[in-house]
Amino acid sequence: MAIFDIFLLEALLNGVLLGGVLALLSLGLNLIFGVIDVVWICYAELIMLGMYGMYFLYTVYHAPIVAAAAVCIVAVAILGVLLHVLVIAPLLGAAPINQLLATGGVLFFLQSAATVLFGVEFKNLGLRLPVLKAAGMFISYSRLLAFVAALVGMVLVYLFMTRTYTGTAIRAIAQDRQIIPLMGVNSRRIYLVTSALGGGLAGLAACLLVLQYDVHPFVGLSFGPITFLICVLGSLGNFVGGFVAAFVFAEIIALGGLYLDLEWGYVFAFAFFIVMMFVRPEGLMARRS
Amino acid sequence: MLALKSVRADYTTFQALFDVSLEVRQGEAVGVIGPNGAGKTTLMRVVSGLLRPTGGSIVMEGVDLVKTPPHRIVELGIAHVPESRRLFPRMSVEDNLKMGSFMRAARPKFRRRLDVVYELFPRLRERRAQLAGSMSGGEQQMCAIGRALMSEPKLLLLDEPSAGLAPVVVEQVFDLVTRLRAAGLTVLIVEQNVQQVLRVVDRAYVLKAGRIRAAGAAAELLASDTIREAYLGI
Ligand SMILES: Nc1ncnc2c1ncn2[C@@H]1O[C@H](COP(=O)(O)OP(=O)(O)O)[C@@H](O)[C@H]1O
Ligand SMILES: [Mg+2]
Repeated sequence: MAIFDIFLLEALLNGVLLGGVLALLSLGLNLIFGVIDVVWICYAELIMLGMYGMYFLYTVYHAPIVAAAAVCIVAVAILGVLLHVLVIAPLLGAAPINQLLATGGVLFFLQSAATVLFGVEFKNLGLRLPVLKAAGMFISYSRLLAFVAALVGMVLVYLFMTRTYTGTAIRAIAQDRQIIPLMGVNSRRIYLVTSALGGGLAGLAACLLVLQYDVHPFVGLSFGPITFLICVLGSLGNFVGGFVAAFVFAEIIALGGLYLDLEWGYVFAFAFFIVMMFVRPEGLMARRS
Repeated sequence: MLALKSVRADYTTFQALFDVSLEVRQGEAVGVIGPNGAGKTTLMRVVSGLLRPTGGSIVMEGVDLVKTPPHRIVELGIAHVPESRRLFPRMSVEDNLKMGSFMRAARPKFRRRLDVVYELFPRLRERRAQLAGSMSGGEQQMCAIGRALMSEPKLLLLDEPSAGLAPVVVEQVFDLVTRLRAAGLTVLIVEQNVQQVLRVVDRAYVLKAGRIRAAGAAAELLASDTIREAYLGI
């Protein structure tokens, strides 16, 4: 087999692995938007805090890595609830622009707070995971692990959303907010659960990203924008759309990176997004209403 | 069972109900009839808690509904089938019914109630995995009523259940009201379909421009010429 085909296959596979993590990222944001009807502009900054959590627990305080991950997931879930209670809930009836400004303000607040508290140096876990070699391809173990964990996370969310009463109510409230009290559902409670779930997903994403990337106060800028683009491309609030769009984006990035380099992959992905916004402004999975 | 006294309801700049008093006794079927915009839907909404009245009292079996949080009103045995059905369109029929069983007390009874509803509407059993929004209007109305019945209510509020349905299906809906009553359910039904609803209820109130203009036994209302001409338009 030509060496070129191996590279192509490797790029495709890396695209799939990246897609899993991007899908996880977009799921949390979509969930919040679909259910509460606000956009957490500061979503990626919650992830940044989670990455710092992992760095301190694992690298500085030498906690076992699985325990550190569990603590981070729970802690970011609590941050999600706090964000809802302190910032979102008081603005639920306000104009969308005010909600955007408020969560945008939280973004700058968290970036500045992280700069003050942790400094601007890049930190990493100092964990070197092996690279697997199979059929002539090199696949990083940390990417594989992140992919599998992201899939497991998404399957758990899927089961929660389809099998439990609370999960069913979360889907229902996204479809008809007004009549939800008639079902005996307290929407305030559902919003809290959803915020915890969105935060928990950000926490899980943090644990997976910190395996591959250094953490610094502005790391949110590396994956916040792409997460928004994925959600918009998949039609904001549409879980399946976000999932599909994540893999489309990831493949563009990975294949673009194969022919030029990784930055070019991102350029292609953003260019694709802009073109798609002209062709299908409501996103790939827009519903006819 | 349910008593409204001098209820007033407002939308931001518009008063929709003026001094409305109404009573529903255990085992009765009561109708509220009146033209479009009379305030019929508003009346249902203040009872089920979707809208807070701005005056008066609403009491269900001794419990003050005005002081009860909206999501707890269904726990008192009141199920509201809203105007134009309001199913969760992108959820399956069975998930819609599951939402009807959301309250704690109803969850252990979910399977049993599901059988009751499927017995009543065999069509829903056939379509239980289908998206609710993809069904015909009549099937959606059955699903909406089925969803309300999942909580095993004492009082069923029906807001224009026959609206937008084919004549044959309208017949079925009114037949159903009779069957539900026979099974011991108390029903408060709002309709514009005056003649048909007056055949299935015991008593009715005539609502116009937010006020109760007449009330009486269904047969009397149907027979009274003045009321027919002035309010019912038949
Ligand atoms: N959300 C609302 N905001 C303002 N006015 C409303 C609203 N809903 C209903 N109304 C007004 O209240 C009146 C009664 O409405 P409604 O209860 O829906 O009447 P009906 O069900 O008898 O047709 C109407 O004049 C309607 O325009
Ligand atoms: Mg109405």
